[in-house]
Amino acid sequence: MNIAIIKYNAGNVASVMYALDRIGAKYTWTDDEKVIQAADKVIFPGVGEASTAMAYLKEKKLDQLIPTLKQPVLATCIGMQLLCKHSEENDTDCMGVFDVNITRFQSNTLKIPHVGWNSIKSQGENDLMKGLNETEFVYFVHSFYAPVYQNTSAICDYIQPFSAMLQKDNFFAAQFHAEISGKVGQKIIQNFLDL
Amino acid sequence: MLTKRIIPCLDIKEGRTVKGTNFVDLRDAGDPVELGAFYAENGADELVFLDITATIDNRKTLVELVRQVARQVNIPFTVGGGIGSIEDVSALLNAGADKVSINSSAVRRPGLIDELALQFGSQCIIVAIDTRFVEGVDWVHTHGGRNITPIKTVEWAKEVEQRGAGEILLTSMDTDGTKAGFANKLTAEISTNASIPIIASGGAGTMEDFYDVFTLGKADAGLAASIFHFKEIEINALKNYLAKKGIPMRI
Repeated sequence: MNIAIIKYNAGNVASVMYALDRIGAKYTWTDDEKVIQAADKVIFPGVGEASTAMAYLKEKKLDQLIPTLKQPVLATCIGMQLLCKHSEENDTDCMGVFDVNITRFQSNTLKIPHVGWNSIKSQGENDLMKGLNETEFVYFVHSFYAPVYQNTSAICDYIQPFSAMLQKDNFFAAQFHAEISGKVGQKIIQNFLDL
Repeated sequence: MLTKRIIPCLDIKEGRTVKGTNFVDLRDAGDPVELGAFYAENGADELVFLDITATIDNRKTLVELVRQVARQVNIPFTVGGGIGSIEDVSALLNAGADKVSINSSAVRRPGLIDELALQFGSQCIIVAIDTRFVEGVDWVHTHGGRNITPIKTVEWAKEVEQRGAGEILLTSMDTDGTKAGFANKLTAEISTNASIPIIASGGAGTMEDFYDVFTLGKADAGLAASIFHFKEIEINALKNYLAKKGIPMRI
């Protein structure tokens, strides 16, 4: 199998690559449109800030390419947020695969960012949680979130319920870091590769 | 529900774990990779690797070690010890560390926190604060707690958060090594005033000490070294104990 990890200016992707190594999957880290288009699976990872990341994707015209991909795409963390319509983080227009807006957590009592292991609950159709329990623990680090809406495939509760996972056609997204979420995260990545 | 985290700390000297001698079921308890993987399999929520030699010669060894750990370990891990520049952080993150912890270098030049947060994001920058109670006040100490500074711990905690630290690792030199419990009063004071998570360290001796640091101390995570290394407390047993007492845990 031929996996493309999208290369852009959002954080380092070493943990994602090592997670794929542990599964024994081969991958290419690339921002080349042709290589991404030809891949069997595409992973869109990321840690970073929305507007800077979108500016880079636009410069490489990847913002045009990504929403048109037909193979399974897995977006994580900032990758997931960039697939939504708009992010409150520096008022950024995103790619709009998922018809939902990203907003910032607000709380006077709970800490922001949301850091650590929290439970997620599978919701409706969730192909990536096959073989897992309905509720599992995964590792989060984020200050912005996607509200629960019709394409939410797993819900997490912090300050209020929010989308831990999204699923629509060939697009799969996780707000948490599957690559460092222990055996559960490994199973989620494996399920994606098995699609 | 967001769970409280239990974090074993592995001290590294010249690429080897020190203090791990009671792990008879491991092939090589001095191998940080094997010990880290063992903890990850047995309930640890995160790992901290602290390079206690931290000389320039050891940097390459440390980066290589981080790479090996990242290949084997599927939970978040932090690397600390002697980190003083953007280049140091870049090398460790590129090798697969999820977070880095800075201490004396941040006290020496606080602007480093801003620079690292801007470059790499707050989520991967932990500021470690070593503190000791001297003449009625908690003061920041550096160099493993040997040197006192004129900075008040409570003030410094606020400053590092404003500058972009993602978490604070608070070690009380008063309780460290005593096994008489964490510094709950100071931890609570700092945690209540902070919007970033506080990892409490120093003084863990019993399971109840962890219960206290999460309730009285209002800590988000509890870190310990020797009690885990010498198997005085096993992490899974600790987490079951805490969960039964109503502390949210990943079991």
